[in-house]
Amino acid sequence: MLSTTDHTADHIVCAEDLVFSHGERNILDGLSLTIARGTVTVIMGPSGCGKSTFLGLLGGRLQPASGALRFDGKPVPRTPGPDLFRMRRKMGMLFQNSALLTDLSVHDNVAFPIREQTSLPEELIRILVLMKLEMVGLRGARDMMPSQLSGGMMRRVALSRAIALDPVMIMYDEPFVGLDPVSMGVILRLIRSLNDALGLTSVVVTHDVSEGCSIADQVYLMDNGRIAGNGTAEEMLGSKDPWIRQFMQGHADGPVRYHHPAGDYLEEIRGG
Amino acid sequence: MARSAIIIRRATILKKFGAVRMEPIMKLGQWTIGFTCGLGGACVFLVVALRGAARSLLRPMLIVQQLYATGVLTMLIILVSGLFVGLVLGLQGYYQLVSFSAESSLGMVVALFLVRELGPVLSALLFAGRAGSALTAEIGLMKATEQLAAMEMMAVDPMERIIGPRLVAGIISMPLLAAMFSAVGVLGGYLVAHVQFGVDPGMFWSSIENGVDLIDDILNGVIKSLVFGFVVVWIALYEGHRSVPTSEGVSRATTRTVVASSLAVLGGDYMLTAIMFGGF
Repeated sequence: MLSTTDHTADHIVCAEDLVFSHGERNILDGLSLTIARGTVTVIMGPSGCGKSTFLGLLGGRLQPASGALRFDGKPVPRTPGPDLFRMRRKMGMLFQNSALLTDLSVHDNVAFPIREQTSLPEELIRILVLMKLEMVGLRGARDMMPSQLSGGMMRRVALSRAIALDPVMIMYDEPFVGLDPVSMGVILRLIRSLNDALGLTSVVVTHDVSEGCSIADQVYLMDNGRIAGNGTAEEMLGSKDPWIRQFMQGHADGPVRYHHPAGDYLEEIRGG
Repeated sequence: MARSAIIIRRATILKKFGAVRMEPIMKLGQWTIGFTCGLGGACVFLVVALRGAARSLLRPMLIVQQLYATGVLTMLIILVSGLFVGLVLGLQGYYQLVSFSAESSLGMVVALFLVRELGPVLSALLFAGRAGSALTAEIGLMKATEQLAAMEMMAVDPMERIIGPRLVAGIISMPLLAAMFSAVGVLGGYLVAHVQFGVDPGMFWSSIENGVDLIDDILNGVIKSLVFGFVVVWIALYEGHRSVPTSEGVSRATTRTVVASSLAVLGGDYMLTAIMFGGF
């Protein structure tokens, strides 16, 4: 298991003993992990294990009940507004449903963060947007509206918007959900190639094992709000741990029970 | 069988301990706590929204876009409704006044009704139905599709970029729409008076000139519509912002906007009228 106090300059994200509660339930329950610069780190786990919540905490949109979380050497929780916004300019985020602004064209969506954050002249913004769209292969779709795009195209536009301000880290929230095999392949290639070409750090949150493993430098497995295992994709796939094996190989029954806890079946059928 | 027996037994126990009689009081308590929390949340939201609105003043193009969406697109329904209300006022006013041979005052009656009451109130109700519901649905859907969260992650404050310009545009639009409503209504009244009943145009317009005061009537009407515009947009934006991000949640929020802002406008109108004309 990785040492949680390993806060070196090589790690862009260090989380230590994070606890996040919603009502009575602890969604994150002592989560500790580190993410090395320049890598693609894939965080996997069953639905509802707190993966997306971790991204919310990392982006400063949610506040942990306790624990420490540092991004690029600075603590994220409870950072005041202007400092948090400065920090977010170094982060890009790809949301599960792309979150494109529906009243703006593809070009204007990608230009949005540049226009909001800089005072560059329009001509330069146009060139920048075309460069970003070219990277995801959608320069030809610049005048289309989000409603005219397919799911895969929307995600690629959102990706080019996420890299518009040249962030140091990109967070992907379930980037493979609802994509056809071709679009899936395109997104997988983009995550890897953008990471390597732009020198980014990528944090991918997903429950798709094979896709996640195919691009990961490092894999974290989460269960019930904490890390259940970590290592390279090969290490995870070859793990002897029964829970990790069940998750990685997708067995219906195992340490994670097929049946939700319930009373006696026959008794309930008889109406007892 | 077993289920109904349990229900009957539960009711008996509740009755025994007087819980049945307590239930309405408990519900009232719950409602009061919920209402107070909602009001507190709305006030906190307003403070943040006003800060966003102040910053959005530096970006007039955003406000102009929203003036089109909330103001210009609401104009048609306001103009048509204003005309019909004016026509009806003309008819009703004439039938009443003619029995006292006072039809020469018809212009004043129509204008006072419109400028003091019907203009601000009815245009605010129409504004709540047309623009308020659209604002709530828009903000609610932006929340449901994570557009607001995406903006935050792009280091853009949605309060400044989305909420602020809409608040300012709503406050500017409402008095202008109410003025249009009243103006078209007076024209409607004139059509009925002159074309249908042959009232002398000179008498119609001079009665308005003599009977309608700039401060007491017109300015008070403008103040009312400013207040109504502010309240309607506040409620609409707040409901959209706090809506549950599902299709059902957004639809409930839209309904709440129309109901709450209509009640607020009607209740507020009584208070404002009492203060302005009743010498509170």
